[in-house]
Amino acid sequence: MWMSVEVNGHIYEREVTEHWTLLRFLREDLELTGTKDGCSAGECGACTVMLNGEAVNACMVLAAEADGATVETIEAEAVDGELSEIQAAFARNYAVQCGYCTAGMVMSVRELLRLNSKPTVAEIKEGIEGNLCRCTGYQQIIEAVLDVSGQINNGTRGGLKYV
Amino acid sequence: MSESTISSVATHVGDDVQRVDDAAKLTGGAMYASDLVFAGMLYAQVKRSPHARAKIVAINTSKAKNLPGVHAVLTGKELDYRIGLYVVDKDILAKDAVRHFGEAVAAVAAESLDIASRAVDLIDVEYEVFPPVLSQLDALDENSPLVHPDLGSYDYVKASFSPQPGTNIPNITKIRKGDVDAGFAEAKWIIEREYTNPSVQHVPLETHVAIVEWKAGDEVTIWSSAQSPFTLRDLFCRAFKLPHNKVRVVIPHVGGAFGGKAGIHLEPLLACLSRKAGGRPVKFQATREEEFSLLPCRSALTYRIKTGVGADGRITAQKLLMYWDSGAYADYAVNVTRASAYSAGGPYDIPNAWVDAYTIYTNKPWGTAYRGFGHVEFFWGLERHMELVAQVIGMDPLEFRKKNLLKPGSTTLTGERINEHTGNPLKCLEAAAKAINYGRLTPEEEDRQARTGRRIGKGIATLHKAPAMPSFTTTAAVIKMNSDGSVVVNIALTEIGQGTATVVAQMAADRLRFPVSRVKVAVERDTDKDPFDWQTVASKGLLLTGNAVIAACDDLLRQAYSDAAQVLRAQTVDLDHDGEKIFVKQRPEESVTFAALSIGYVYPNGNGIGGPLIGLGRYTAQGLTSLDKETGQGLPALDWTYGAHGVIAEVDPETGEYTVIKIASAFDVGKVINPGTMRGQCIGGMIQGLGTAQCESYIYDDQGHLLNPSLTDNKILTAKDLPEEIECIAVETPQLDGPFGARGVGEHPMISVAPALANAIHDATGAELTHMPVRFEDVWRAIHNKPPIDTWTTKAPAV
Repeated sequence: MWMSVEVNGHIYEREVTEHWTLLRFLREDLELTGTKDGCSAGECGACTVMLNGEAVNACMVLAAEADGATVETIEAEAVDGELSEIQAAFARNYAVQCGYCTAGMVMSVRELLRLNSKPTVAEIKEGIEGNLCRCTGYQQIIEAVLDVSGQINNGTRGGLKYV
Repeated sequence: MSESTISSVATHVGDDVQRVDDAAKLTGGAMYASDLVFAGMLYAQVKRSPHARAKIVAINTSKAKNLPGVHAVLTGKELDYRIGLYVVDKDILAKDAVRHFGEAVAAVAAESLDIASRAVDLIDVEYEVFPPVLSQLDALDENSPLVHPDLGSYDYVKASFSPQPGTNIPNITKIRKGDVDAGFAEAKWIIEREYTNPSVQHVPLETHVAIVEWKAGDEVTIWSSAQSPFTLRDLFCRAFKLPHNKVRVVIPHVGGAFGGKAGIHLEPLLACLSRKAGGRPVKFQATREEEFSLLPCRSALTYRIKTGVGADGRITAQKLLMYWDSGAYADYAVNVTRASAYSAGGPYDIPNAWVDAYTIYTNKPWGTAYRGFGHVEFFWGLERHMELVAQVIGMDPLEFRKKNLLKPGSTTLTGERINEHTGNPLKCLEAAAKAINYGRLTPEEEDRQARTGRRIGKGIATLHKAPAMPSFTTTAAVIKMNSDGSVVVNIALTEIGQGTATVVAQMAADRLRFPVSRVKVAVERDTDKDPFDWQTVASKGLLLTGNAVIAACDDLLRQAYSDAAQVLRAQTVDLDHDGEKIFVKQRPEESVTFAALSIGYVYPNGNGIGGPLIGLGRYTAQGLTSLDKETGQGLPALDWTYGAHGVIAEVDPETGEYTVIKIASAFDVGKVINPGTMRGQCIGGMIQGLGTAQCESYIYDDQGHLLNPSLTDNKILTAKDLPEEIECIAVETPQLDGPFGARGVGEHPMISVAPALANAIHDATGAELTHMPVRFEDVWRAIHNKPPIDTWTTKAPAV
């Protein structure tokens, strides 16, 4: 079908395969590969993007459902090469390792902070529960969210203890 | 330049330097193999066996071949190539026999993924199905069917492995130390138990992916999510009898690996499809379901431990029997067996030991390397056993462990003498115990217990591991100066999330006395352009590559000093340098900048001297030996990293439900290069370890069908599953031959988390857990003295 969608501020008009997901459309048609495919089944959250301002798993939405919609992906998070506050907090707190879950994680944190500007640790855990990460053990991602929401000063500066 | 002019003062090493790959990964700009697309690229799909053990009677591919858009269809019959790391036992596609559920029996390459999927559906395979061999203990029975009847004809690495033709055993590793009979004779107590682990999945967020192009003239290029480009190239070239200079392997960013991407996987199949499709690049990325059974897992283990203890609480002897479930192919499992055998007693002083470690074929997806390389599995049994032994002899488990820990002067199972520089397991154990207030409940914990009705328990566990690698493992680094005085480091150690690029940049910056921002570690790995590294595995990267990088920096400085000596009319011993320039010690105003020397120095009249500054550093593991095949004696360990975990758990004694209140872990890393990345890597491993401890496992039915190949049915921990408190502690006993005193810690955080958890549950409830994972129902059964259930093999569901 023919569709028109605004992605990261640009209007795209495309013929889209009916059974394609929004994830495939973004990655393969628009070549926006920052959004990752970790399971294609809504289990891992790596493909989280904003659809009309709300976080969704792009693998669980048909591309056709985005006709007329506004989509934002990780590619729009930094502006003119400057990391957003969320991204900078991730960097300060070592919240990135292999990076494959990172785009989806940043999107989910954005959604969380949109709904709750000062989330507790329990609320942060709830907010990123749908995003699997196999490298970090989540702790430094949680610290990054506390940092960007002004709840710890100057990151955790490593946080390692020595004896 | 004399050696003394280059100081090792750490100005960046030990600092919280931000990761150098953050910006690319945070903005979506980092390109992974799964993101790559090339002109003319085809997409591959494979036909997988629905049976665990079957004869392939016939395959009809004619409908698939005739589907428009299909460019190549392959079956095993057309491919006469075999691959294998240590035992060459695997066909690229199953030929006559299917050996595990999910095994590839045919493959296609087509213009789109959709066409390739349709083509695979059009392939008809006729099977004759046989009952599978599923338990590795059953597979030892002399009447068991053979998974590999031709084992005796396979090529294998003779220095290290011992296949037993006519059996299901591709390797036995033996260790013999002292006299176990005498040791047991002098024991006051002899305690014997059996412990088991199921197979589990690595679950990298990026599934295995590769693109291969085999052009005319045998020019092969492989883009892959593999961990080890040079080993991939070597195995590929051996399978196809191609010279190394015909095959190029490129590794872009990798989305997690954990050992599962260490060897060779689908690259040979994609190469054959590409060749058949006229040299067009062919891409394949595993689905999450395929990741569970088309690709390998971690081996299951049954571990029998018999321990003799003297009246003074010292271990007098240990008999250790390991039965490793290799699955259908030997792959890394034979080396997991070997590495586990020589570590099998843990960081304890055991005067008399006997280890028989068997690798055993079964009809299941095969086992490969997984973070910890066997140690997560056997430490489950070992550190549960230490707890149960302490209980039997009536000694506090911490005291029992402390009494038996390795100390300077002790010898390992292979006869290596430990000294004060090897690392300090006692300090790790004491730090972990202290962090959880081991041995007592705090007033807050007493209150909590009274309030909830749940019981709080505390458990500890030790760990150790040395890199499992060839005795002669080697690596190299090249450092090239740009004309502005910045540098680029080339290494073949891949960045798979562990932070290699960042710590290499820190170490190079320190050695050169440059700011970290002047050091770039090249992102892609490329066997045509990068210097050799054996593999990115085994927690050996920091030590070996770190030393090579230091040597490369010194080589570059040597060249720069030589050129500067000429420019400044000085001898190299008269010179020193800072981050910008080389200068005469006595008259620092006489100087020449690195930028001016970087690509050859130019005199005012236009004369040039010197040339591009390019440093080469090499490093080879020092003094290691093969192990004697009969006794296992020798020197296999580059370094030993020791560690310990403490866990506080809260258990409902009625239902067996529990939560983890705290995990605190300490590791003797020699020297912390980057506290932030070390803590991140450690917490990641601790939580991965907790996942395999609490819930992860492969579940098969009795016909060998894998029942839970998804993240819904094989859960890994989410953020909500984290302990309330996580603490990571560094111990720094310098490794004398480590870069800046450092040793690796990549795998260690995952080892022994499971027994620390079970020991805490045991402390709270008395539950004698011997099976992993520890689900609520397992705790309930153990509390109520019901035998453990092996739900990872269930009855086949009624169809």
